[in-house]
Amino acid sequence: MQLVLNEEEQMVRKSAAELLSDLAGPGVLRKLRDSDNPQGYSAELWQQMIELCWPGVLISEQRGGLGLGHVAMGQISEHSGCALASSPLFATAIVGASALTLAGTEQQQAELLPAVALGKLTLALALDETPRHDPTRIATTATPSGGVYQLNGFKSFVVDGANTDQLIVAARTSGEPGANHGITLFLVPRKAEGVEVSRTPMVDSRSAADIRFAKVAVAADQVLGKLDQGFATLDALLNIANAHLAAELLGIASESFRRTLEYLKDRKQFGVPIGSFQALQHRAAILWTEIELCKSLVIRALRGLDDSPEKAGVLTSMAKAKLCQIAELATNEGIQMHGGIGMTDQLDMGFFLKRARVAQALFGDQRFHLNRFAKLSGY
Amino acid sequence: MAAPVVTLKESAIAICYVYANDKQTLFSTAHFRQCQRDAAAPAQESVPEMQTAQNLTAFRQETRAWLEENCPLSMRTPMSEQDRCWGGRKFTFQSEDQKLWLQRMAARGWTTPTWPKEYGGGGLNKDQAKVLQEEMAAMTARAPLQSFGIWMIGPAILQFGSEALKQEHLPPIVRGEIRWCQGYSEPNAGSDLAGLQTRAEDRGDHFIVNGQKVWTSYADRADWMFCLVRTGTEANKHSGISLVLFDMETPGVMARPIRLISGSSQFCETFLENVRVEKHQVVGEINNGWTIAKYLLTHEREMIGSIGSAPGDKSLRDEAIAAVGLQSGRLADELLRAEVAQWEIDFRSQQLTMERVRAEIATFGVGNTSAMIKYYGTELNIRRHELLIALQGSAALSWREDSEARLWLRSKGNSIEGGTSEVQLNIIAKRILGLG
Repeated sequence: MQLVLNEEEQMVRKSAAELLSDLAGPGVLRKLRDSDNPQGYSAELWQQMIELCWPGVLISEQRGGLGLGHVAMGQISEHSGCALASSPLFATAIVGASALTLAGTEQQQAELLPAVALGKLTLALALDETPRHDPTRIATTATPSGGVYQLNGFKSFVVDGANTDQLIVAARTSGEPGANHGITLFLVPRKAEGVEVSRTPMVDSRSAADIRFAKVAVAADQVLGKLDQGFATLDALLNIANAHLAAELLGIASESFRRTLEYLKDRKQFGVPIGSFQALQHRAAILWTEIELCKSLVIRALRGLDDSPEKAGVLTSMAKAKLCQIAELATNEGIQMHGGIGMTDQLDMGFFLKRARVAQALFGDQRFHLNRFAKLSGY
Repeated sequence: MAAPVVTLKESAIAICYVYANDKQTLFSTAHFRQCQRDAAAPAQESVPEMQTAQNLTAFRQETRAWLEENCPLSMRTPMSEQDRCWGGRKFTFQSEDQKLWLQRMAARGWTTPTWPKEYGGGGLNKDQAKVLQEEMAAMTARAPLQSFGIWMIGPAILQFGSEALKQEHLPPIVRGEIRWCQGYSEPNAGSDLAGLQTRAEDRGDHFIVNGQKVWTSYADRADWMFCLVRTGTEANKHSGISLVLFDMETPGVMARPIRLISGSSQFCETFLENVRVEKHQVVGEINNGWTIAKYLLTHEREMIGSIGSAPGDKSLRDEAIAAVGLQSGRLADELLRAEVAQWEIDFRSQQLTMERVRAEIATFGVGNTSAMIKYYGTELNIRRHELLIALQGSAALSWREDSEARLWLRSKGNSIEGGTSEVQLNIIAKRILGLG
């Protein structure tokens, strides 16, 4: 199990660091927020990502992608965290493309994956219905009627849902909310009749949506994967999503820490840099240690997705649980150690704090994944 | 205004590798250390990979056959604290098998597999040493010998010592004839180790040493001591220190065991009164002992930090299930379940980090993590024992020789010995983060 990057992955990491520090950063996010941009991301950044073929990093060469794998894509996820880069990359190129790869028919893959790789198609996963993540509590129904399915129900916290082309909707074709069995995934155009989307601006200045489905007709060939067996796909898909969220949280924690450390060296009180005080030194050293531990969990989880996806559940839940905990610590310490200035909107630290909490909550926070880890470990 | 300084002056540098029930820890940590050194060193030979793999397969077969023939059956069972073989003049073998196993392994140099053959070592390269370790683990063969000689002073003599010192001291370490102890801490030099006051007075061809050492692990059972003494002035704390070697039977040496909170006495106070030490027993140069002390401390930190990570250890998960039981597939106590899960994730993150650091050293040749590993590993072990006490309840608190309580009490020393957690955090803050 290689816990270091190979040359190809190092190159991706380097180009991610360069592009994202040029075209993203808290300043870009601030502008998007202040101009109330409905997309929630910079079109220029997305265009650059497309030119570098980033939407195709996970897609096989056969389908028009690069087929570089999760460790490579994880470097982009991590640097998206460092730069607070907002883009459709996560919802479309990581979650959406993986859903198609995991469960799509030959025809679905041939039609949709090349479009994703070229940046011509965006996707969004409509999963959660309750404020706290629970992939089994699906009450949205899909009922067969006259050769098609009719979708009825409600989804929230659909990342990029307000302006995506296609939605991947988890709906119940049998069973009760809470059961694994009976969930089916559907591909639904956002502009289909009966789909009512309302954008929900989030604390991290990005775009999510509440979506109501009222008698939405979906053709049988829009089923993604097997009928009633959608949970297996979701489970694998959420491993992928959470490993990349963990990578993004690693970027957020590392960058928050880097900025905080710089401040400890610059800021003077009592005539000396505040970083000369042992109380702050020890807190910084503990945080540095924790972030080092996090790096190992993240690369292990990403490598696991590439090499042994059957073991990915334990590895991703470990990574997400720990990264939620440490990103929370790093951003909280970031505010506290900056003192009063840390509370101001003028300082960028607040953007890291806010994005961290949204990434933590998305697809399960520390407690959710602690529980999942224990369950998967047989206790 | 000066930066606040460390105020924790308590027993800081005490060491004790004996950590009952961790079975293979010593072997695995020593191996880890060796891997790190090997990984950092340039490759010795450049034979084509295919050939190397074939040679290694042949070596594995030979090793397995030899072990099969030579390892007594009674030496293939898990080892308790009492079963360890420390060697030395005062050691009483538990059984003929234990003695035979040591003699056979020592004859091949396999008590110190990677040391050069000319000093009695096995002369194995890192891949062969790994094979040996794997084959021994596969038949649960016990480590034939453990000692501070193998882990600490031997490697230091190999790196810094004169040829004469190597020839004098290394072969008896390999054969388990001489048991060593470490004289570092003093009553007034704990966290501030470089403030040590034991003086070595220059008398031409020898020194006369006066002072007191404390937290000397097993000084009462050791034959020789490697000892930090002040040979220069106290004006510059670090540059006036030397590392000297002397026999514990030299007149003027007196070791007295200290009873600890766990009821056992692994540590001693050692009094040195007009002890004669020959000049040729200085390791490296006179007044340059601090360099060697730091080298030894770094390895010591890594060893203590990887405590509790022996391959044969029962996992906390299994301990928890045994103690509390399952209910509908979940640990019967929800709050303990969450704490156990968090501990297991933290533990895996430490294990993976040690693996990652080894890989990074091998690939990029860098690594500065011993303070982190020491800090986090010992805090984890302390948490583990607190959780075990909680899981086992009153059963863990009975005052028996083999009760969890003894291990729990012993673990409190982990964040003190080898440099306190606070000292490790100082090192990280100053040397890695650049906070002055």
